[in-house]
Amino acid sequence: MTQSDFFSLDGISKRFGIVQALDNVSIAFRPGEVLALVGENGAGKSTMMRILEGVFGPDSGTVRHGATPIVFGEPRDSHRAGIRVIHQEPEIVPNLTVAENIFVGELPRLAGVLLDWRKLEEQTDRVLATFGMQQDMRPRQLCGTLGPAQRQMIEIMRAIRAGGRLIAFDEPTSSLTDDEARRLFSVIRRLREEGTSIIYISHRLNEIIDLADRIVVLRDGRLVDDSPAAGASEQTIAKLMVGRNIDDLFTRETWRSGEQLLDVAGLTTDRVSDVSLRVRRGEVLGIAGLMGAGRSELAKAIVGYDRRIAGTIAMNGVPVLPNSPHAAIVAGIGFAPEDRKHEALLLFRSILDNAALCVPDKTSSFGFFNRRKALEIVSPLAAKMSIKAPNLDEQVSKLSGGNQQKVVLARWLARQPMLLILDEPTRGIDIGAKAEIYRLIDELAASGIGIILISSEMPELIGLADRVLVMAGGRITAELARPDVDEATILKHAMPQSAPAPGDHIQ
Amino acid sequence: MNSLELRASKAQTDARGASARVVERLGVHNISLLVALAILIIIFGSLRGDVFFSSRNLLNIGLGVTILGVLAMSQTVVIVAGGLDIAVGATVGLTTVSTAMAIQATGSPAAGIVAGLVLGGLAGLVNGIIITYGRVNAVIATLGTMAIFRGIAFIMSDGQSIAIFSDTFRFIGIGRILGLPLLVWILVLTAIAFHLFLARSIVGRNIYALGGNPVVARFSGININRYRVGIYIMSGVAAGLAGILLAARTGSGQPVSGSQGLELEAITAAVLGGCALQGGKGTIVGALLGVAIIGVLNNGMILTSVPTFYQLLAKGSLLILAVVIAEYHLNRT
Repeated sequence: MTQSDFFSLDGISKRFGIVQALDNVSIAFRPGEVLALVGENGAGKSTMMRILEGVFGPDSGTVRHGATPIVFGEPRDSHRAGIRVIHQEPEIVPNLTVAENIFVGELPRLAGVLLDWRKLEEQTDRVLATFGMQQDMRPRQLCGTLGPAQRQMIEIMRAIRAGGRLIAFDEPTSSLTDDEARRLFSVIRRLREEGTSIIYISHRLNEIIDLADRIVVLRDGRLVDDSPAAGASEQTIAKLMVGRNIDDLFTRETWRSGEQLLDVAGLTTDRVSDVSLRVRRGEVLGIAGLMGAGRSELAKAIVGYDRRIAGTIAMNGVPVLPNSPHAAIVAGIGFAPEDRKHEALLLFRSILDNAALCVPDKTSSFGFFNRRKALEIVSPLAAKMSIKAPNLDEQVSKLSGGNQQKVVLARWLARQPMLLILDEPTRGIDIGAKAEIYRLIDELAASGIGIILISSEMPELIGLADRVLVMAGGRITAELARPDVDEATILKHAMPQSAPAPGDHIQ
Repeated sequence: MNSLELRASKAQTDARGASARVVERLGVHNISLLVALAILIIIFGSLRGDVFFSSRNLLNIGLGVTILGVLAMSQTVVIVAGGLDIAVGATVGLTTVSTAMAIQATGSPAAGIVAGLVLGGLAGLVNGIIITYGRVNAVIATLGTMAIFRGIAFIMSDGQSIAIFSDTFRFIGIGRILGLPLLVWILVLTAIAFHLFLARSIVGRNIYALGGNPVVARFSGININRYRVGIYIMSGVAAGLAGILLAARTGSGQPVSGSQGLELEAITAAVLGGCALQGGKGTIVGALLGVAIIGVLNNGMILTSVPTFYQLLAKGSLLILAVVIAEYHLNRT
């Protein structure tokens, strides 16, 4: 099979509203090659996967197989063509067996109607043997009993069994342990040897350097680099991803912090265990961890949204009542949740209404809303953060992600909080707005506000935080202080298995 | 648009024509309600114009919708908050009985009014607690209490109508001030109060936030449990007021007669008026237009001698039609 016979993307563009998700991207995939696709959140990786998978089509450009343009009406078409995307959350049916999940859609039949169990088991045994998975699962085992790594393997086996020739992995290791990840890598290497083309998406640059033959970098929907992996370093890739030196993106004017502000001791909820932490005035405390490590849940525990089972929270030495977001707000805590659309914004109301939501006393007269007062408070904040909208009566649902986030931040700045908890504040935001939010974080910290920054983006934590707490399984597994904060150390402590006993903090 | 222009949209609308301003102020939805109302008036006017347009009949319509008006407005608040109260009709029945009994026992109209409002508030408190702390779906909870409240009304009255002999109290139902029935004045005053409360007060705005997205509301420091209970208490007190008005108009307290089916009409009016059953959307002005449509429809069907049984068909269909239209609009935007 020559190179030109294989799949390629030719000038693909895709636009969502005001966001140009992909802009004239061309990539030729090659059989027997691992192509790493890197880029920040929102760079266009997921959009590209969805186009390859046929979830939606491009606005312009074509997906080709050899010289023939191919159009996918739905995922089934792309599957038939041999393209498979392995998602972070494997799509398996928990109530069916391993065998049925692997052979779904092509189950062997007896007399046309009955399931031929014996044949199915034989076939499954053969597939499991090929992947060296006989020890890990039995054909008749229900998939609901499997762990995330095994589920992922099932999806991979299903893809290969169904004749997948181009297999894309979308952040496959985010929920895997080190050992499971290593086994996945050996499977990927074997697939490569057998001539399968692999697309590998990951934020972990060390993995990529280890595994990939070629690295494609996307930034703001554009392809900015497509070069062999040999000779690439984490620094060079990161620089390509953000488009400038990472150090320039993160400005922290001051690294001084003042007196004790927040004191959390032994905080426990249904999803967070025995968390103790302190934040000083003017300090940025980063919180790192993998998906499901309990970071957002920690934030929800601190602001009194989740029911507190044990522990104390104090602001400036004064205890904060449990289970009351109102008490937390009164104590001076502001919280911008990760899920802006569902947890932070009233989407169908105006910028003004959303920004004034937490300052009823300052925007009312005799219990009635006073528009003039509200404008006096919100307008300067909107201008300061350069919220892009025709006016403050614009419905929030019509704004871009970055501007929506700014509205949430304006809401809290209107309250002049002492502590601000930001959960993934730059998720799904373009690089320009990101830089603005980073600058704002720096400004706020410099003005004496304590900040808890929850983030999955390592450069963000490393660039902005004074200290980083690493979480796994609802507990804090490590505390790293500048300048010992680096990606490898954070990841080491973020892996669920490496979680030490509670109280065993690493200073 | 590189920088934010800090002017309000008012400045923009000023540039447009007066008609555009009217549209903006009333809202597209309310204008379509006015059109629907006009169509109904034209239909019944052309069929029975002689009677329909008489001042006596128009006053009848006004009187007829007073009680429904109060309930439609309180129902609007409940629906905007993301709830539903289908026990209001039963609560009205219960409060007419308690008001009549209190007046019979003490001879004091004031005692009757207090009894009606307090019992209505208690009924609402029960609903609020079951829904908020018992975590029961609002429809199921108030379906249950609907039967309970009717039962209590039957037990209290022994199934009988209880006559009210206080002329002072009856004045509320039949008296006139400045040529207009007192009932109509009460509707006007409660309408102004409800409108200011829901559209302008901080509590009202928080109710929109609560119904629009309870998670956001809670993160913003709104005590959503207290709000929910408070809203059902409000609904109960409003039902108590409606019960007082009904008792004053009929001169009696009755467990069922006069209050049956009020919940259907109140919810229909609220939804016609633009309430989204998911919460977060709806206005008092819209609800009043919905009430007017129902009032004209009821009156017109009587004038054109539509049999009672068929009137029920029309009312039920209207509710479903209103919801279908509302859902259609919701999915389009």
